[in-house]
Amino acid sequence: MSVEARSWHSSVFVQWALPAALVALWETLSQFGLISNRILPAPSAVLLAGWKLALTGELWRNIGVSFLRATTGLVIGGSLGFILGLTNGLSKGFERATDTLIQMVRNVPHLALIPLVILWFGIDETAKIFLVVLGVFFPIYINTLHGIRTVDPQLIEMAKTYGMSRWELFWRVILPGALPSIFVGLRYALGFMWLTLIVAETIAASSGIGYMAMQAREFLLVDIVVLSILIYALLGKVADSTARLLERSCLSWHPAFQRR
Amino acid sequence: MTAAAIAMNRSVPEYWKAADAEHADASSGLSLTIRGLTKSFGSQQVLKGVDLHIPAGQFVTIVGKSGCGKSTLLRLLVGLDKPTNGEFWYGMDPAAAPDQSVVRVMFQEPRLLPWARVLANVEVGLGRQRSDAAVRQRAHETLNEVGLGDRRGEWPAVLSGGQKQRVALARALVSRPKVLALDEPLGALDALTRISMQRLLEQVWRDQGFTALLVTHDVSEAVALADRVLVIEDGVIKLDLRVDIPRPRQRGSVEIAALEGLILDELFRDARAGEDA
Ligand SMILES: Nc1ncnc2c1ncn2[C@@H]1O[C@H](COP(=O)(O)OP(=O)(O)OP(=O)(O)O)[C@@H](O)[C@H]1O
Ligand SMILES: [Mg+2]
Repeated sequence: MSVEARSWHSSVFVQWALPAALVALWETLSQFGLISNRILPAPSAVLLAGWKLALTGELWRNIGVSFLRATTGLVIGGSLGFILGLTNGLSKGFERATDTLIQMVRNVPHLALIPLVILWFGIDETAKIFLVVLGVFFPIYINTLHGIRTVDPQLIEMAKTYGMSRWELFWRVILPGALPSIFVGLRYALGFMWLTLIVAETIAASSGIGYMAMQAREFLLVDIVVLSILIYALLGKVADSTARLLERSCLSWHPAFQRR
Repeated sequence: MTAAAIAMNRSVPEYWKAADAEHADASSGLSLTIRGLTKSFGSQQVLKGVDLHIPAGQFVTIVGKSGCGKSTLLRLLVGLDKPTNGEFWYGMDPAAAPDQSVVRVMFQEPRLLPWARVLANVEVGLGRQRSDAAVRQRAHETLNEVGLGDRRGEWPAVLSGGQKQRVALARALVSRPKVLALDEPLGALDALTRISMQRLLEQVWRDQGFTALLVTHDVSEAVALADRVLVIEDGVIKLDLRVDIPRPRQRGSVEIAALEGLILDELFRDARAGEDA
């Protein structure tokens, strides 16, 4: 049973069968006029719109801009969250000093800051990156902190009896022990990253995928709106797959990731 | 002295009778002296004054009811906790600075690093010397000694409970400790694995000559392995029993059974008295 099960669900075909079937159904329904193309254009129409935009170069430019915003925000917010998670996880004093502030800020939905952020930064790049930084900071911070706090105390005790220095203790015991939790944080952060970017780009931007969608809406170009949404979905999927791949290679010791 | 010579020495039954004369210090163990050791957690006094001298190379087992302070005593002796009062030292010189790296401890759980391969886990036991390639070779040899040389490249997660515990033993032994403290290291193993682990433990102890302190719940294990059995009760050593049965010992022999009976009587004296009344 398990042999068969492994071979069928591990194939790429199975992963993509459902999305492909959905698209096929959607195309058929559109072709027969069951879905109005003013509500939802056929996939072929969306592809065509994408093709045209790709030829003018506009599509690539917008994707590039959005991608750059996303990664910049992720790198800055992720590093901040990671470093603060580490220091607060390793030092109780630090945590006591910063925790109240962090919890207060955390309870403000970061998207509620958009009006303020626009007032501060206008609609230039800083505004979007700032919002993404806020969006990814907390999931990474909280999960790094949690990961460090929940490293098996018995392992730490063992490391001490073998005379590990603090430095070694960190690199060989605490960090690897916290890594599974840090990856959970990273994957949450990726979700928040796209969410924040979509909202920020639709409200306050002059380039990027979100901007492209808003422009299209003004001219009632439903196919480009749908195209933008699909691109977001695709980028989200790519980001998540990359994180999974990274996780799998970093956590190959973990029973959950061992290929049997 | 070579390991073989030590082993030959050991096979002389008279050997341990003279052990207290400290000439055993020539072996690779260290003696342990404890004076008036107490330990309290809050208002609860767990150890109420332990006095003890263990000659170098002796195999001592410690038994006692659950919660009587066996683990507490061991944790003090390996430096994981500080005594409330009293003192202890290894070797002849009470004033010598304690060198914790000659004392190793093994717990009931293997406590292997799940993210390090089996060999790397053993190398943890080398401490600071790990950077030396020649020393690292010893990790491999020790792994062979516990019979797991061919599993060195595996993750700990794929090993069985007994195998993990053997890796933990190799990690404890790789730095050639002079004292090995063991807190119920076989407690979680099934009966057959236990017996083979007991054999392995006895064999490495004979080969290397360290001083062994084994806490166990299993009275027959205590008698089968020990030169000396200590019974702890109410925070003090209630019984200090020499086991002069020559090795290799026959499991289930009359002498062993008699000593077991003696220890069990001691452990359950209060309960008996209660029943009689
Ligand atoms: N860190 C601690 N804080 C408070 N009390 C403790 C602590 N460690 C141990 N104790 C108490 O000390 C007593 C002895 O504990 P210990 O673990 O030494 O028992 P033990 O003899 O090893 O028992 P077992 O055979 O069940 O392992 C227990 O009553 C326990 O509750
Ligand atoms: Mg215990």
